[in-house]
Amino acid sequence: MHIVVCIKQVPDTKNVRIDPDTHTLVRQGVESIINPFDLFAVEAALQIKDASSATITVITMGPPQAEEALREVLSRGVDAALLLSDRAFAGADTWATSVTLSAAIRKLGNVDLILCGKQAVDGDTAQVGPEVATLLDIPYATFVKKMEPLDAQHLKVTRQTDEGTEVWKLSTPALITVIKEVGEPRLPSLRHKMRAKKAAIPVWGIAELGLDANDVGLCGSFTQVVRVFSPPRRTDRVIIEGSLEEQVEQLYRYLKEAKVPGI
Amino acid sequence: MNYFLTEEQQMIQELAAQIAREKIKPVRAQLDEQEEFPWEIMQVLAQADLFGLYIPEEYGGMGGGILENCLAIEQLAQACIGVATSFAASGLGAYPILLYGSEEQKQRYLPEVAAGKRLAAFGLTESSAGSDVSGIKTTAVRDGDHYLLNGNKQWITNGGEAEIYSVLALTDRSKGPRGASFFIVEKGDPGFSFGRKEKKLGIRASATRELIFQDCRIPKDRLIGREGIGFINAMKTFDKSRPGIAALGVGLSQGALDLAVEYARQREQFGKPIITFQAIQHKLANMAIKTEASRALLYAAARHMDTEPPDASKLAAMVKVFSGDVAMEVATDAVQILGGYGYMQDYPVEKMMRDAKILQIYEGTNEIQRNIIGQELNKEYSRIKETFF
Repeated sequence: MHIVVCIKQVPDTKNVRIDPDTHTLVRQGVESIINPFDLFAVEAALQIKDASSATITVITMGPPQAEEALREVLSRGVDAALLLSDRAFAGADTWATSVTLSAAIRKLGNVDLILCGKQAVDGDTAQVGPEVATLLDIPYATFVKKMEPLDAQHLKVTRQTDEGTEVWKLSTPALITVIKEVGEPRLPSLRHKMRAKKAAIPVWGIAELGLDANDVGLCGSFTQVVRVFSPPRRTDRVIIEGSLEEQVEQLYRYLKEAKVPGI
Repeated sequence: MNYFLTEEQQMIQELAAQIAREKIKPVRAQLDEQEEFPWEIMQVLAQADLFGLYIPEEYGGMGGGILENCLAIEQLAQACIGVATSFAASGLGAYPILLYGSEEQKQRYLPEVAAGKRLAAFGLTESSAGSDVSGIKTTAVRDGDHYLLNGNKQWITNGGEAEIYSVLALTDRSKGPRGASFFIVEKGDPGFSFGRKEKKLGIRASATRELIFQDCRIPKDRLIGREGIGFINAMKTFDKSRPGIAALGVGLSQGALDLAVEYARQREQFGKPIITFQAIQHKLANMAIKTEASRALLYAAARHMDTEPPDASKLAAMVKVFSGDVAMEVATDAVQILGGYGYMQDYPVEKMMRDAKILQIYEGTNEIQRNIIGQELNKEYSRIKETFF
């Protein structure tokens, strides 16, 4: 089984800066971390590998410094890494990102399963996973907390939605985005860490992927960020404290004063 | 300070520090309070390949030496020496096999220890034999293809939790220390049981139990090396393991220093952070000097000891004594700097002070270490022909 995990390097949320001209995130010079949800995708892939004989390739699209993130994931036991990096990829929205990622996955070939985190903590769109699956014309399931292979061509996945839990049967190849319930990401091991340090990480750009510069990056993006702003802080919040009984009583009083129907 | 560690050694430090930060620090107070054996952390350490640092690659280890093992122990100890002791004690239990075991024994036991699948432990101390190793009473009597072990081992770290025990017993009572031999005893061997878990002042995450041998029958191939070399094996084992105790001390000192400096920078009295007061500054300065000195001695000595030098016993004793005494002082000073807060269990320094005390006691008391250093000096100088006067 060949599993591809897509990861993203995101700015450490403690110090995010926005480029005033392009309104996109300034990545250079800001400490980066692996999108925390992507680490759950890596963990999910490693769990499958623990249970069967799978090969895991991790890919990311980003500036050359994104190689660090790939080495970090290699040190946790992933087999191979691939960096998609080209000046032409800069400024990509979710669509242009998905075009690039799906081209790379197509080029890798023989991929049975693609895993992504449910969303990235910088953009929070949760779009790239489903878009990649759509471009590859394969089924996908989002917000998955558990997956089990049924047979060589099918997976049973459990999705967590706001309404409840759904169990799906999915034919492979498929794409799955995972949530933290798949299991706490394991730490690196020394052997993997040593291997990761020396691992050769190929870099693919538009030439390797056979893509047109107009289809990727800012040029290939359908959306452009016009303005970024922090929403005004809401000042009408009330924090109810005390024992559970007191809280319920207070909440009831508030709802009654607000003349909520049925109270 | 740059100690010119190799890339691989830095990776060991980094990885152990990450485990200490993410897995040990958040639970150390709970492990201490509830006297819980840290099995989950042992599994993390196993998965990280850290149990095999000092074990040769042909036996599933990473092929490092004393220094590599100490680098990991130091980082773990910064968070909790109870946890780090449980980790290091597996090495102590494995060394007798590594040093004098047969090829077959090494093949059978070391890969499991290196992978952290089974913990090892070391059984020497008895109620009447601690500092005086020659006072042991546990016997092993040959009975056909077996040995029959009888006696008790006291205060055994990892006792009850470990599955592989290196146990010192007398095979020939008439020969005194020359009649002692090491045996591998496995958890589950007939006639082998454990006493109650001891209640301790510190390192409460580690498990300490009595090993009880009542006609414990083990196959004769569990004898390590040959009969009569047990005492030498124990001494050689300590040469390898005592630097690990020093590493526990260095880690604990650094952990206490970090907390003390951070606190002193924040805590205000008389309108100023207390770090601006000379009384506090001097205390912190002395803590920093001693911590760095104990680390420098440990690293230099560990590198030297990895070349199998003739003066290993003296150096192993020196690092053990120095960093243990330093850790006790630094932890005590850290409590003093934190004052009333330092004495409360809400802050981690009181635990460090309770924990530090064991470093001056186990794996040979610091008094015994000084005896060793003194005896080695006597031997060393007896060989020198010239006079210094």
